[in-house]
Amino acid sequence: MSPDVLVIGAGIIGGACAYSLAAAGLSVVVADRAAVASGTTGAGEGNILVSDKMPGPELDLQLRSTELWRQYAEDLAGKTFELEAKGGIAVAMSLGQQEALAELSRKQAAAGVDVHKVAAGDLLKLEPHLVPDVVAGRLYPQDMQVQPMLAAAQLLAAARRHGARLRLATEVLGATVASSRVTGVVTTQGRISAGWVVNAAGPWAQALSQRLGAPVPVSPRRGFILVTEPLPPIIRHKVYSASYVATVASSSAALQTSTVVEGTHSGPVLIGASRERVGYNSTLSVPVLRQLARGATQLFPVLAQVRVIRAYAGFRPYSPDHLPVIGVDPRIDGVVHACGHEGGGIGLAPATGEMVAELLTGGQTHVSAEPFSPARFAGGG
Amino acid sequence: MPTFIFDGRAVPFEHGQSIAAALIGAGVITLRRTRRRNRPRGLFCGIGVCFDCLVCVDGTANRRACLVAAREGMVATMQSGTGLDDLGD
Repeated sequence: MSPDVLVIGAGIIGGACAYSLAAAGLSVVVADRAAVASGTTGAGEGNILVSDKMPGPELDLQLRSTELWRQYAEDLAGKTFELEAKGGIAVAMSLGQQEALAELSRKQAAAGVDVHKVAAGDLLKLEPHLVPDVVAGRLYPQDMQVQPMLAAAQLLAAARRHGARLRLATEVLGATVASSRVTGVVTTQGRISAGWVVNAAGPWAQALSQRLGAPVPVSPRRGFILVTEPLPPIIRHKVYSASYVATVASSSAALQTSTVVEGTHSGPVLIGASRERVGYNSTLSVPVLRQLARGATQLFPVLAQVRVIRAYAGFRPYSPDHLPVIGVDPRIDGVVHACGHEGGGIGLAPATGEMVAELLTGGQTHVSAEPFSPARFAGGG
Repeated sequence: MPTFIFDGRAVPFEHGQSIAAALIGAGVITLRRTRRRNRPRGLFCGIGVCFDCLVCVDGTANRRACLVAAREGMVATMQSGTGLDDLGD
């Protein structure tokens, strides 16, 4: 029997879509060409951040998503995904950064973000190992972290308890179309018919969208993360340089790095963040790793005594206007996009899944869906 | 025979032998204690992959005993937890 909805992609976005859709009573199949969390979901830090978002549609989606993450932690009690409400700290290292941070945080507060000014002296109480010459900082208590692979797996497991089915090692080759409606897909494991096909293919969303006849311009933006040896709990929050927000918002293809440092439940400290658009090339780049390490030791000098045990690369699904692509495709019936979240997909996943379910069941959406509509890429194609 | 020190005890070794091999030869199989539950750990893969045989060598934590060649006068200790508890003090 063909399902109401076929979700392509078993990462955090596909998992959240499947959970919301199945919980809404729809029959769901999730297909992935590889395995659960085998793409971007398994290559990040698990950030759920309000702090790095400027006021606008993405922040609105994040505020709803942050609420949902807290709710999911209760709904899925006992199915841990290491949700940790650790809080984020943005630090300014110069007077220029201080002014930019002050202005950003003022606008964020007006948009509903919980943000507190922290004087330089008090920063050292929050983070004793922080370099003493920071000028000022802001504390964002709403910032959280999850173990993203566990979270994706738990959402998929929850969806399965509502009847969803999972088809792994199943790659979509093309669409089946009848009367200008996509009625399903042809895969390496045969045909799957469905009422709707959801494109949750992360950085491969463009290739999938082309196969479905509904192209959206999502491309990979590479990032590296350094992992230290396990340490005692010396870094308590997610701590980052105030320049991070500008880096996230940039559209440059060239390498950009800004310092992001955080401890983890299991001991290693994670160090990011780099951004560059180099296609799907995942070769390690020593100059990038060096820049990340230098930035981290400038923020936390104690890290100079610590060894990095590994580094990894991942691809963020980059959308050219920095907004996720969520909604029904206007060009061909039967296709729904849920992609283009760049580095914020873990944080934005629950509200994305909720929005997809609301759109397909004809309900009112919690967050206005219009700014995310794929219609913005449909003209002139 | 040359020796190195492990937890205050002189351990003999053949030239080229790893710390882990020399310690097993001397009957020592517990090389560290785990971070959370203080459980004993020792040589497991023996080829530098599993990171189970971590010891402190001349003040540096997290050295793989199976990969570090023993040297005369080296001072090694059993690693407790991360081995970095005094970090930043």
